[in-house]
Amino acid sequence: MIKRPKPERFRLRRTMMFMNAQKPGLIKDAYIYGCDSIMLDLEDAVAENQKDAARFSLYHALTTIDYGSTEVIVRINGLDTPHWQEDIRVCVAGGADGIRIAKCESAQDVHTVEAAVEAAEKEFGVEVGRTLLMAALESPKGILNAYEICAASQRMFGVAISGGDFRKCMQTTFQRDGVDMLAARGQMLIAARAAGIQCFDTVFTNLDDEEGFRAEVLQNKAMGFDGKSLINPKQIRFVHEVFAPTEKEIRQAEKIVRAFEEQSKAGVGVFTVDGKMIDVAFIPGARRTLRLAKACGMYEGDLV
Amino acid sequence: MKNAVGREIPDSLLVNGKEVYQGKQYMDGKYIQKAAPCTRRYEKPQESKIVATLADALRHCGARSGMTFSFHHHLRDGDFVVNMVMKAAIEELGLDNLTIAATSLGSAHDPIADYIEQGKVVGIQTSGIRGRMGEVVSAGKLKTPAIIRSHGGRPRAIEAGEVHIDIAFVAAPTSDCVGNCRGIGGKSNCGSLGYAMTDAKYADHVVVVTDCLVDFPNLPASVEAIDVDAVVVVDSIGNPKKIASAAARISQNPRDLMMAENVAKVIASTPYFKDGFSFQTGVGGPSLAANLFLEKYMDERNIKMGWAIGGICGPMVELLKKGKVGKVIDVQDFDLDAVNSINRTPGHYEMSASQYANPANKGAFVNKLDFVVLAALEIDTGFNVNVLTGSDGVLRGAPGGHPDTAAGSKVCIIVTPLTRGRMATVCEKVVTVTTPGDCVDVLVTDYGIAVNPLRPDLIACLDKAGIPHVTIESLKEKAYSLVGRPDDLEWEDKVVAVLEARDGTILDVVRKIKPLEL
Repeated sequence: MIKRPKPERFRLRRTMMFMNAQKPGLIKDAYIYGCDSIMLDLEDAVAENQKDAARFSLYHALTTIDYGSTEVIVRINGLDTPHWQEDIRVCVAGGADGIRIAKCESAQDVHTVEAAVEAAEKEFGVEVGRTLLMAALESPKGILNAYEICAASQRMFGVAISGGDFRKCMQTTFQRDGVDMLAARGQMLIAARAAGIQCFDTVFTNLDDEEGFRAEVLQNKAMGFDGKSLINPKQIRFVHEVFAPTEKEIRQAEKIVRAFEEQSKAGVGVFTVDGKMIDVAFIPGARRTLRLAKACGMYEGDLV
Repeated sequence: MKNAVGREIPDSLLVNGKEVYQGKQYMDGKYIQKAAPCTRRYEKPQESKIVATLADALRHCGARSGMTFSFHHHLRDGDFVVNMVMKAAIEELGLDNLTIAATSLGSAHDPIADYIEQGKVVGIQTSGIRGRMGEVVSAGKLKTPAIIRSHGGRPRAIEAGEVHIDIAFVAAPTSDCVGNCRGIGGKSNCGSLGYAMTDAKYADHVVVVTDCLVDFPNLPASVEAIDVDAVVVVDSIGNPKKIASAAARISQNPRDLMMAENVAKVIASTPYFKDGFSFQTGVGGPSLAANLFLEKYMDERNIKMGWAIGGICGPMVELLKKGKVGKVIDVQDFDLDAVNSINRTPGHYEMSASQYANPANKGAFVNKLDFVVLAALEIDTGFNVNVLTGSDGVLRGAPGGHPDTAAGSKVCIIVTPLTRGRMATVCEKVVTVTTPGDCVDVLVTDYGIAVNPLRPDLIACLDKAGIPHVTIESLKEKAYSLVGRPDDLEWEDKVVAVLEARDGTILDVVRKIKPLEL
């Protein structure tokens, strides 16, 4: 049985690739494409009368396939279905890194799932607190309650919007400039940042529209998202390219972190780098840039 | 005797100067005495060489038992000609002890398996052997071991007189009444007739079989009337749907695309990737998709491909039309885009198999090739490739131009998924060595890239470009960890096929597989 290391609550999650947990051909080695996280789906991709088969497939995948450093998250069925409790037991027993709560609308939804996860951790002898959570906001109510959802649990590492359902609720459709979801994306981002967790954008489903995909990813990056959900491996490379820091940003971050380490040893809190005032507030951002650079193969130093 | 790739070759095969494989370029600089055919003079003016039936053509050429008939495979799995000719020879003329020397054979030729079982066909010389014929030969039913040669090895053997063709049959999409043939203009078009060219020059007799008779002179002719004894017009030489597919599409399979992208990355990391470089790729999923990614790197560096060779299909023709490749030279066309382009699109030329790949002539195209991208059924930790036998030891493939392009090119890249179903593609020891490991440079799989340690220069290129690579042993271990380690195949002593290296030495043998007992 594969023992996965304890999941990290905050790690690089530029790309989360969705795949049907029932399709062995897809899930057997999805890590070869290099996405940061894979999202094994028990929900919409699986037909109602196949939920059980998908859970078996998922369990065996989790326990026999070495996904290495690729994060493994499972999307469980909604709390309004008869499936979610059994889904959670399988995720925990199999050792998934995290669970994505579908159609999350309140902090209470997070608490409900958390209680079931904790019970399953105890049932299967898994360290309590090991299994991480993220929430998918799919309705106006979910967006309005975004902050309480984001702040609901120490297990929460991120929040994502689900475009398909949300657009339907809002009586709109996909718009090339993103205006259909601008407010929702903005509100969700603010809530996630306020709660100190990560934020991910929805999938782009038209694989033939490369231009549209690129425009959306660029907008995601400009708005401050941490990453994006994907439906096909061929989408990975562009997202990684867009989310990669520039050479200039890396050099600047390196200078800031190095200067901070030297200055703080000398008891100095505020100093200047290239004429710009720098204090402790700049350090997490600079370190994040370097970690990102390292993941992108652009930085080989030892500051992170 | 053990050869340079570690294969035990029975001494009984090492007669009449046959040697075991000694490593690439072993024959370099040696001289050969070329064989000349014995051909009939036609001094009297002739209105036409058309005869009524294949049987008449056979009689005209003095067909008798024990002869060797040659065929070419441009009609691929749509070919009717091999079966028609053999039926006429065996069932109408009552001949036996016949040898078929074909550039390749496929499942279209399943009926020939019956003639093998009846002992009418006693010898097979070919590049490819598949379907029922592969099964009966593997079962030891052919009287003499089949001889498997590469596309370059075959014209070498013909020129050296190792195979003497009594009658060559040319399946011609168009011909005139005296036998000027072309691969286009008819109803069963195949484009290039490159594999038929050497046969027509070295056979004692040549019979053209066509289903589209055109006005004299049918020019420019791929096979010329000066070499042709008789022309037979039949209803159909093949099934056009199986001769050339509709436009070859570039795979959308993400696994193929990822491997193709890595192939292009490897190519772009080498010093040979510069303006005017030369390239050949197969038509398999990831091989063909490499075109797409290579084009991106060409645009990025503002360079163009000098020339491309091979079996050709649409995506390469497209590059030619866009001006991104200077010349395309081909022995065979795989789809209608290529068929409709050869000798029509400026810069798209036809060549013979000898000109393409023969190691014994004075300058085959493969010897000037920078890059070739090839597939494999299996590749072992010595980088030896098998494209002939299946995991059950049965003949079901074709070396084709694989060993020739691998040996001639500066960088030979094999691209294959690490596993296929339950089979490990990267393995400890391939069933049959069809391309020796000293000719293979880089392996690209979906689980990682490995470089042949014989090429430290390429290892340095990949390192400099930041392309991660691993040992081929680690890929093999990964493959076995996923699908398990197969038991060894069990063979009987009888040799059913001899695998000739392109230079004529013996690279490997295929033995009769022990019947499965449950």
